[in-house]
Amino acid sequence: MKNEKKKILFGEFVTGAALTRALEMGPEAVVTEVKASNLRGRGGAGFPTGLKWELTAKQESDEKFVICNADEGEPGTFKDRLLLMEQPEKVLEGMAIAGVAIGAKQGFIYLRGEYVYLKKELEEAISSMEDRGFLGSRINGGDFSFSVEIRLGAGAYVCGEEFALISSMNGYRGEPRNKPPYPSEAGYRDKPTVVNNVETLCYIPYIVTKGAQWFKEHGTRASTGTKLFSVSGDVKHPGVYELELGITVNQLLAEVGGEGAKSVQVGGASGLNVAEKDFDQPICFEGLPPGGSIIVFGHQRDMLHVLKNFMEFFVEESCGQCTPCREGNYRLLEGVRMLEKGECSVRYLKELEALCDVMKDSSKCGLGQTSPNAFLSIVENFKTEILYR
Amino acid sequence: MSEMISVRIDDISCEVEKGTTILQACKSAGLRIPTLCYHPDLEVAGICRICVVEVEGMSGLQAACAFPIRQPITVRTNSPRIRRARRVNLDLILSEHYGDCYTCVRNGSCELQALAREYGVDRYRYPSTTAPKFRIDRSTAIVRDQNKCISCKRCIRTCIDLQQVSALETANRGHDVLIQTAFDKPISEVVCINCGQCINRCPTGALRSNMPNELLWHVIDDPEKHVIIQTAPSPRAAIGEEFGYEPGTSVTGKLNAALRRLGFDNVFDTNFAADLTIMEEGTELLTRLKKVLVDGDSSVRVPMFTSCSPGWVKYVEHYYPEYLDYLSTCKSPQQMFGALLKTYYAKKTGIDPEKMVVVALMPCVAKKFECNRPEMSDSGYKDVDFGLTTREMAVMIKEAGIHLKDMPDEDFDHPLGLGSGAGLIFGATGGVMEAAIRSVYEIVTGRPVPFKGLDVTPVRGMEGIRDAALTIENPLPEYQWLDGVTLKVAVAHGTANAKILMEKLKEGRLDYHFIEVMACPGGCLGGGGQPIPTSPEIRAARARAIYSEDHELTVRKSHENPEINQLYAEFLGKPLGQLSHKLLHTRYTPRGRFFTEGF
Amino acid sequence: MTAGIRAATDELQDVLRKFGKNRTDLLPILVEINRYFGHIDSNSIIEVSRYTGVPIGEIHGVITFYSFLGQKKRGRFVIRLCRTISCDMAGKDQIVRVLEKELGICFGETTDDGMFSLEYTNCIGMCNNPPAMLINDKAYGGLTPERVVEILDSFKLSEYQDMFGYGGVE
Repeated sequence: MKNEKKKILFGEFVTGAALTRALEMGPEAVVTEVKASNLRGRGGAGFPTGLKWELTAKQESDEKFVICNADEGEPGTFKDRLLLMEQPEKVLEGMAIAGVAIGAKQGFIYLRGEYVYLKKELEEAISSMEDRGFLGSRINGGDFSFSVEIRLGAGAYVCGEEFALISSMNGYRGEPRNKPPYPSEAGYRDKPTVVNNVETLCYIPYIVTKGAQWFKEHGTRASTGTKLFSVSGDVKHPGVYELELGITVNQLLAEVGGEGAKSVQVGGASGLNVAEKDFDQPICFEGLPPGGSIIVFGHQRDMLHVLKNFMEFFVEESCGQCTPCREGNYRLLEGVRMLEKGECSVRYLKELEALCDVMKDSSKCGLGQTSPNAFLSIVENFKTEILYR
Repeated sequence: MSEMISVRIDDISCEVEKGTTILQACKSAGLRIPTLCYHPDLEVAGICRICVVEVEGMSGLQAACAFPIRQPITVRTNSPRIRRARRVNLDLILSEHYGDCYTCVRNGSCELQALAREYGVDRYRYPSTTAPKFRIDRSTAIVRDQNKCISCKRCIRTCIDLQQVSALETANRGHDVLIQTAFDKPISEVVCINCGQCINRCPTGALRSNMPNELLWHVIDDPEKHVIIQTAPSPRAAIGEEFGYEPGTSVTGKLNAALRRLGFDNVFDTNFAADLTIMEEGTELLTRLKKVLVDGDSSVRVPMFTSCSPGWVKYVEHYYPEYLDYLSTCKSPQQMFGALLKTYYAKKTGIDPEKMVVVALMPCVAKKFECNRPEMSDSGYKDVDFGLTTREMAVMIKEAGIHLKDMPDEDFDHPLGLGSGAGLIFGATGGVMEAAIRSVYEIVTGRPVPFKGLDVTPVRGMEGIRDAALTIENPLPEYQWLDGVTLKVAVAHGTANAKILMEKLKEGRLDYHFIEVMACPGGCLGGGGQPIPTSPEIRAARARAIYSEDHELTVRKSHENPEINQLYAEFLGKPLGQLSHKLLHTRYTPRGRFFTEGF
Repeated sequence: MTAGIRAATDELQDVLRKFGKNRTDLLPILVEINRYFGHIDSNSIIEVSRYTGVPIGEIHGVITFYSFLGQKKRGRFVIRLCRTISCDMAGKDQIVRVLEKELGICFGETTDDGMFSLEYTNCIGMCNNPPAMLINDKAYGGLTPERVVEILDSFKLSEYQDMFGYGGVE
């Protein structure tokens, strides 16, 4: 597996140093540092991590929780799997530092059911860190205690959405609930909870030891730091790449051996399809969605077939609660099938595009708000290919 | 006083309490927001996405029902973007909803139909469902048509949260989501108590009662049959809503006239049987108390629970079968009445009970199940032939072309047509308790209850659980054993509240002598067979109608009902006597906690 | 009650005893029962309801939400082939044909000897090495017809040592 450009996440790492530093700094200074770094969540939504911590830290409660969101389910992503396999201690240390910051004693890794084979190694990493005094009670001989448990998911993409994840952990169907209240107020067992993606947590030890300023030297002004990209599809070197945020699609394709692509799906099934004419666009929070999934399509690919695959995914993975997502994705898939048979009128295709706008505008959670992206962008980029079959 | 937040909605500026939802704020500002999955009695779901509005500074549209106002915001409730989203979401729902309006019992009262009209829907935007996907599922009481289900989950929230019966569930994921019975078993095989609260809250015709109307017309039209109807107080306080009256308008006299025009041979008052229930149940309570307090008989169960609510009875049979001894053995007024009609009344009038058809007009869906219980045939016949709900009766009256508003006021037939105010208030939560207290206290002490105007206010109201204590002083000689005893009573409505009491009973922490439970929120006036819609305000209005009618009556205590005394003198002998025992009391059936059979 | 059912009931109680009785324990309980018995039957749902107090309908609702939890008895080895885009583009359809032909069943079915079940799954995070599948807890990437046959044979020939153990990635 090619892991070129190991800038931060796969660089040198000494377990425990950052946690020790965080304990010296104290919760407020840790939150301040993370806020200053402008680190934004690496799961896809991009919420500022420091702000999330600050909101949770402010809550008064007898119990608080840190949850590591390892429900990596976006089609085309596998970077969290790699981190959990190769850098479990970094993830765990990131969680413990989050615990210091918000005042939590208990953390959970919500591990997707598909990754159950990682459970054993993660448990070993946890007990090894406990043996070395980096986890468990009275870390570093001080007052801070933090333990981590693993909770398995059971095959539901939507549980990657933090409200759905919390519903799932609370013993319910993994349905996103209404917000507010936010997890920072009422999350796991209705206690203040911070939910962070695996990759997000892995940046934490570096920010704590090397400082926010150092972190901000990477990336762009609004999208600081580097980012892991899971690259798959029609490329010479599929794999996980750590690249600066703000990189253009062209630059990325050059890195991974994907030159001459027909289009690139940036951000997975819920991201955008980017055609050749837009390959100079940057991937960052202010540009193309930096979810981390990069699927490259060569010229031989039938884009309607690709779209159908995405829509089948969403029809099945929608939680089925809210109207626009439950019925909307189904109608989009139905439209793709009509297109396949050449039965979709131009007028009806317009109707479906309007449906996409409403889904984006009125769905209850991120799944329904982003699932029409693929439809809209593929239809826009390849209208002729799709309509005149 | 909680914090006030200033909000701007369209052109209106107002102040609302922190935590008020946008929907509530709009309502108090006089703005109408269309809703579908929202119901005032239920937890907010925010899933139909019909009530979406724009909130300045937020990227997507927000569900007004699910958005608590916590800081000053500016809201728009009408814009092209909002109208388009509402319309598209409505179109999506309509395309999945199968069934045509003409053949639907909810034609005219369907919220989906109303929204379609409101939004000028004149076509299906997306290919519509053209064939039914599901078979219709029916029990004695309830009919389920999943083809009409729009997954708003109002029934789920009713069954799981409000009533805590959990006969229904959400199954599957994505487009395959189904609102179904537990394990998708027929509704007759799951733990359903037939309360019908789901029906009252279903926006469409996916849930309805099992209507006996056609069969009933058949017997009414049969000259050989003597068809008798008894009417409960709650339908009388609510059926007017089906004919354009404001909620809280009692139409007892007009209804009597309408029923006679419709073809019923006799019209009787279930309140009469309610008074009889008080005589029997009050005596049973005193007997139980004496056995416990004086004889120290440990086989006798106290607190005694009322048993007039068939939904509550079935709830105990399923979930607390080991506590069935705590239920009063009294049949419900409906069933007492049926047993008497086919014995006492038949004998008195010479009508062949074989040819007698007894119909009960009830606010209740569970009454259909109750009258079909095999044990309910102590008269030698099926004691009550039909349980008819308020809604179903409204359909029959309309079908007969009768204008309720134009009807004269007519009285009930007699005897068996006189009900006291105490019997009347059975319709409201706390009413049975109040009626019992009015009589028991007076029977024991010889004095009327120490409440102004006989209104036992502590047991009234809409609090989920209420209690009261009444100390007995200077009782009559035969009740000396009660001297100084403080009688403690409680009232619960809605099975979720009843469950709280039952769990306390299980833990041995329930310190009461007598408890009234009604399965439906608000009591019978909020029954599953009552006019749709229902809301706390509507139920409160119906309660007011019932309590004010009580004040207008001359006889307001069950034991002072002359027709009841006549019945005991001519037929039954005395409360809890041999004949009473045979005709007016019953036994219960332990049922499965998970399914009706087995386990 | 036959001895077999009796034993299964005891085993179920042993599984339950490892967990708390709170609502938050529900998913871990169901995941464990599903792992242990390969599926969650009605009897198990009732026992879980007795244990946790969660109504059976709600438990059933939770089970049907998650694709890995099932009420239907599956084979000893559940093959879940990824059908999401990267695997699809890398020749998933060919692997479908090989699996169906070699096992003599269609997707959604279980072999007569109760050894294998075939199912589709969505993205399993093996996109860098497609097409890929899970067999119970183990992930297999870079599938070719030959490799699929090899993998199947390894299950058929050897007594698979640790059915409930954790696998890995190959």
